[in-house]
Amino acid sequence: MFGPLISKPGSSRSNKTGSWRIETKPKFLQKNCIACNMCVLVCPEACIHGEGKNTYTCDYNFCKGCGNCAEICPKADIVMVKEESRE
Amino acid sequence: MKEFLEGSLAVAKVIQLCKPGVVSAYPITPQTHIVEELAQMVADGHLNSQFVNVESEHSAASVVLGASAAGVRVYTATSSQGLFYMAEVVFNIAGLRLPVVMTVACRAISAPINIWNDQQDAVSLRDSGWVQFHAEDIQEAIDLHLIAYRLAEDKSMMLPVMVCMDGFILTHGIESIDVPTQEQVNKFLPDYQPLYKLDPANPLTMGPLVDPEYYMETRYAIDQTHKEALDLIPKITAEFSKVFGRNYNGLIEEYLTKDAERVIVAMGSVCGTAKEVVDELRAKGKKVGLLKITSYRPFPAQKIYEALKAVPKVAVIDRALSLGSYAPLAAEVKAVFFGKTKKPGRISSFVVGLGGRDITKDSIKEIFRLLTTKESACCEYIDLKPELLKENYE
Repeated sequence: MFGPLISKPGSSRSNKTGSWRIETKPKFLQKNCIACNMCVLVCPEACIHGEGKNTYTCDYNFCKGCGNCAEICPKADIVMVKEESRE
Repeated sequence: MKEFLEGSLAVAKVIQLCKPGVVSAYPITPQTHIVEELAQMVADGHLNSQFVNVESEHSAASVVLGASAAGVRVYTATSSQGLFYMAEVVFNIAGLRLPVVMTVACRAISAPINIWNDQQDAVSLRDSGWVQFHAEDIQEAIDLHLIAYRLAEDKSMMLPVMVCMDGFILTHGIESIDVPTQEQVNKFLPDYQPLYKLDPANPLTMGPLVDPEYYMETRYAIDQTHKEALDLIPKITAEFSKVFGRNYNGLIEEYLTKDAERVIVAMGSVCGTAKEVVDELRAKGKKVGLLKITSYRPFPAQKIYEALKAVPKVAVIDRALSLGSYAPLAAEVKAVFFGKTKKPGRISSFVVGLGGRDITKDSIKEIFRLLTTKESACCEYIDLKPELLKENYE
């Protein structure tokens, strides 16, 4: 007899963890961005992407709202805003 | 073919015939000779296994856990402190339902440090979910390894098996051994076909975190599988005897118990000594017998009930303790008869041979003699030296 011992793991494509986010999320203003790429480097979820100035944004399906990107941005072009509604 | 072999060497030879894909172990007395020999076989090209040298028993057990999860037959061996160092992984192997086979060369537990034989190491891990066989002699020990792989790898079981053999007495003793041929082993033990395995092409998670909604069922399943093993073990041993010609019940052995008035219950190599005493006393007309327990886990309660229900006086020999409570085997044998109408008039409990103290024929005779006295014994120590207890440290 066997119990519940084995599970088929889903990949991160099926497990959208953005719902773990509470209260705030980053807003990419895309006005003063100099494409320094610092936000991409500090993102612990690796969910920020962009190519060239004022193109950066993040995937809210995975962003946990830690605020590292807003903190590191030398142009204050990323701000943390209140979470409006659940995805 | 009969060969005159040391117990450890005999075990290594039979493991060689079982062709494990991965062997990992850490040396500890009195287990060392077994894996030393296996390492030599691998080095000499006589065994096509990956022998993984590790820095501890915890790692050895982890390596065989991982290798077994990846779908190969594995083997490890240990003793005493080594088994305790493995303990966390030992429970995990059973919990993950991996068919690992391990030899435990039974040895006393520290402190004080003692490398000699008793069964405290194996008995302490009786609750781990492993099947636990105890061998009486070297021939039985090697045969139990073959039976262990068959049982462990059965698709209805998938449980790890510990083959316990008394340290030094069996591991370093020398016997004339009927070593099986590769053809016989191939006939009895087919190549291992895993029921599930870790495979990047087909990913799965073994032993994921389970919350209170799931955990109890995993434990219940292991417990039930042990009960199913009670039916499967005799079927496997019947097949074993067809191929190898040696008969084992696999659960218990009744030695002259049918008409006996006094019966000793024991596990391991002490059964050999007890059989000799039984023969001597029988020659003098005394109706005595021995009940050997081969399978400690699963515990063959029904078989023990049938074997002892009409015996007036029973003595249970323990070579391990549950300090502060009843001796473990005795407590379980007594539990078999709780609430039953038919039962022995008396079940006495004796502790013998801790830390390698010799169990002589006189020790066994003393136990048979004590069964004739009026009081029943509870955890009575045989061959204890009271004079050593008078030391004063103030």
